Amino acid sequence: MADTIYALATSQGRAGVAVVRISGPEAFTSLKSLCINFNISPRKSKLCDLYTDEGLHLDRALVIPFKGPQSFTGEDVVELHLHGSIAVIQKTLETLSKLPNLRQALPGEFTRRAFTNEKLDLAEIEGLADLIEAETEAQRVQALQVLSGKLGQRVQEWRSMIIKAMAFIEVTIDFADEEVPTDISKDVLLILTNIIKDLEYESESTKVAERIRSGFEVAIVGKPNVGKSSLLNALSGREAALTSEEAGTTRDIIEVRMDLGGLPVTMMDTAGLRDTDNLIENKGISKAIEKANSADLVIVLTEDGEIPIEIQNSSVLKFVSKCDDGELADGVSAFTGYGLDNMISSIKRKLEKRVQNQGLATRYRHREAIDSAVNKIQMAKKFVKDGPSFYDLAAEELRQTTYTLDELFGKVDVENVLDEIFSSFCLGK
Amino acid sequence: MKQFDVLVVGGGHAGSEAAAASSRMGASTALVTIKTSDLGIMSCNPAIGGLGKGHLVREIDALDGIMARSADEAGIQFRLLNRKKGPAVQGPRVQADRLLYQQSIKRALKSIQNLSIIEGEVVDLLGPEGEVKGIILADGSQIFAKSTVITTGTFLRGRVHIGQDSYSAGRMGARPSLKLAEKIEDFGLKLGRLKTGTPPRLNGKSINWDGLESQPGDAEPTMFSFLSEKPTARQISCSITFTNEKTHEIIEKNITKSAMYGGHIDGVGPRYCPSIEDKIVRFRDKNSHQVFLEPEGLSVDTIYPNGISTSLPEQIQEEYVRSIKGLEKAEILQPGYAIEYDYVDPRSLSPTLAVEGVSGLYLAGQINGTTGYEEAAAQGLVAGLNASASALEAHPIIFSRSNSYIGVMIDDLTSKGVSEPYRMFTSRAEFRLSLRADNADQRLTPLGIKLGCVSSLREEVFLNKSNKIAKCNKILSEKEFTPNQLIAQGISVSQDGNKRNLKQILAFPNVTFDNITGFDNRLMAIEKDIRQQVHRDALYSNYIDRQKKDIDAVKRDEAIKIPLSFDYQSMSGLSNELKNKLLTQRPLNIAQASRVEGMTPAALFLILSKVKQGHQQTKVG
Repeated sequence: MADTIYALATSQGRAGVAVVRISGPEAFTSLKSLCINFNISPRKSKLCDLYTDEGLHLDRALVIPFKGPQSFTGEDVVELHLHGSIAVIQKTLETLSKLPNLRQALPGEFTRRAFTNEKLDLAEIEGLADLIEAETEAQRVQALQVLSGKLGQRVQEWRSMIIKAMAFIEVTIDFADEEVPTDISKDVLLILTNIIKDLEYESESTKVAERIRSGFEVAIVGKPNVGKSSLLNALSGREAALTSEEAGTTRDIIEVRMDLGGLPVTMMDTAGLRDTDNLIENKGISKAIEKANSADLVIVLTEDGEIPIEIQNSSVLKFVSKCDDGELADGVSAFTGYGLDNMISSIKRKLEKRVQNQGLATRYRHREAIDSAVNKIQMAKKFVKDGPSFYDLAAEELRQTTYTLDELFGKVDVENVLDEIFSSFCLGK
Repeated sequence: MKQFDVLVVGGGHAGSEAAAASSRMGASTALVTIKTSDLGIMSCNPAIGGLGKGHLVREIDALDGIMARSADEAGIQFRLLNRKKGPAVQGPRVQADRLLYQQSIKRALKSIQNLSIIEGEVVDLLGPEGEVKGIILADGSQIFAKSTVITTGTFLRGRVHIGQDSYSAGRMGARPSLKLAEKIEDFGLKLGRLKTGTPPRLNGKSINWDGLESQPGDAEPTMFSFLSEKPTARQISCSITFTNEKTHEIIEKNITKSAMYGGHIDGVGPRYCPSIEDKIVRFRDKNSHQVFLEPEGLSVDTIYPNGISTSLPEQIQEEYVRSIKGLEKAEILQPGYAIEYDYVDPRSLSPTLAVEGVSGLYLAGQINGTTGYEEAAAQGLVAGLNASASALEAHPIIFSRSNSYIGVMIDDLTSKGVSEPYRMFTSRAEFRLSLRADNADQRLTPLGIKLGCVSSLREEVFLNKSNKIAKCNKILSEKEFTPNQLIAQGISVSQDGNKRNLKQILAFPNVTFDNITGFDNRLMAIEKDIRQQVHRDALYSNYIDRQKKDIDAVKRDEAIKIPLSFDYQSMSGLSNELKNKLLTQRPLNIAQASRVEGMTPAALFLILSKVKQGHQQTKVG
């Protein structure tokens, strides 16, 4: 029987309504665990209170069950129409992940099921192919991002550690008749303990990162007194940032969270960039540069049209400030409000592209994969401790672990394990 | 004019099994071999089975092949490897009497009514381009057949190396079939070069056995065949000795004289079976390697010193052999040698082992880049079954990774190809916990019955056993017990209030069948082998349920075929890297495509939709 899968069906980010779709044999059962008084006829909508496994209130949502084969995928499907808050979506996905036999859908998996159950016609398939093409590209870009950075290095280390542990176990199994170490438990346990520690740390930090960054960072930079703080105030519609006529007023970074057309954004006012001997101001400036380079988007505010050379962010929007008379197309004025709407829609357009490329769900899926891998490695550890008569089960748990981490690791093939075996042990009697 | 349904060229392990399988399917079959006296010869170490390999032999037997019964008849030392590990990774192995084995194989082949054995050298193949319709022998005679299976092992441009000397040959003393090799090259198949080595054979009478560690067989021998009961030949022990620093010094001093290290060999050797030169060069920190002294038979004095294969000159071989304990006065009967040979890239074969693009031609055994009698025999079985199915116009017989090691091997070979001589390991089977040596009959004999390739005796034995297992399983799942009831019978279980049936109890790691017989009197009467089978199934039941989902997915994906002409090039959604891999590997179905390195779910879906689109279009057109 197929797994039951779930995923956010609407686009990422904040919106009025978010739809989470659940499909598979356990779809209706899962709904029973989410809302206490589940009793809805198929294809009828009902307002329900949803709860977590710990009994916490999640959301009041519109719930629509579809009985297979009359559904999008041809299986039993439940749609949860939630309020579009990121916290609610995340908590709902987390609650679903804890239900037995449920897992996050892989990219394109709903469609694949619809396809397998012959719910799509030829034209729809062609349309989907175009869509998937775009997704493939986005995935490729993301995989590159993950693998080229520091995380990529660590992922490579975990991968080789897992392969090493598997090689140790497999060598005692497949080469039992040869001169290989018979007690490998010490080596394997050490490796597995280290991987678990690393993976747990990674899972924890993903969680923290997600919470802090539940919005996009947009940094406003520019020379002193160019009107950055005034712009922030104009955008946020309140006196969030201190403004004055004196150059160098803003020394620390001031953050204002706001909603730009449905997207959560943390707007940051930074210290004006200039050469100065003032120690504190200098600190503020280097902080501003750092922030500007790590932000999702930089808004450069100028009076002379130049972009400061310190800014090394590939995502930059440039505006000319103090354009009170409204003569320039890329001008803005905090005073008259000229150009603010144009600015907001430019920011939105830029950020929306990001949403499509790397979303919360992808990271969430990674975290889920990591957590499930940790469980499997724990089981493997137990079997290794239980002794050689359980090594076949330990090996199975590790094999499953590599499947789980496929997406992070890249495939671990038996050839990789054999390579490790042949390079570490002298075999062949 | 002679006409058969199926012709098998070569009388080694692949050829023997192919000819026997084809005959069992009811096809009129001929086996053509250069030397009838060489039928079923063991050219290397006379041992059969082991880890992964033992699984293959059991599977061959489940389909009524001949290897398992002959190995049982010839077995002079039986050992179940990994006896202390989980049953999924236990592999039966036997040290065989070379002569008894050969006699047994010959007897088995000669007793088959619709099989003719013909002696002669095949020099050419008959048929127009892209088709094989039979063979021409060296004496000019022609034999026609609907399907031809070639199993000529290392005979493709085989070259033997001893030190600086080398000459064209198959095995030592056998003629290479050069003309046939040229003919096979004419098909434009991609060839690669491999090598393998053998140790010098020693005279057992010249060995001082006193003081050497002895390795006896199992007290309770595990047979290969589901039809065998116990060994028939006299049982012996093997002995173990070790190389030492002196041995290593001699080899190191003469390393440049080794054919392999002298740069005379281009072929790639197996990493799991290195020569003694290789072991010493690659693992310098080890100052001793073990050497198994394995008798080649009860009636001969030849000893096979397993662990010291070599391509050093003869006198150096003698020098290093004599530096080893017990071998101080050892007499070399035949020097060790390395052999280099061409193999056909198995990616040019379909899962039936038919050559793509040449109708009526099948390849099996070492010619496909594998090593080992068991791997060869298993391929022989697959090629023999399919060659006869094709000749008799029946459906092709495809083995899956999810039902057998045979399926794993065929899929590995035809989709991944080989980079060193391919040997079976249990780690190659992702469904290892379900594909056990003990349940090979449960997995494959029903297929054999359906195909009609098993004898009525085997069918009867199998159905009888299956009935008993089903009965036992029924008893075990009938009643449920509370934790208190279980604890009262001495079974430790948590007081969680959950009722459990006996099958679930049997899955507990520390519970034996004897522990549960007290719950139901009928269990007392269950026979030992049935108990064992049921217990093993229970032991892995949790994992097998989990794996079943994966197996179903594999089966579903294997069923969706990708046409050979499939146009990856015009698919804009695939990266160029992936396109190239798909173009060279040419997966036959979605399951194989999913195993291509770098494949993403989205890319797979893209391929899947184009494949389905193609089907719909052809339906319309």
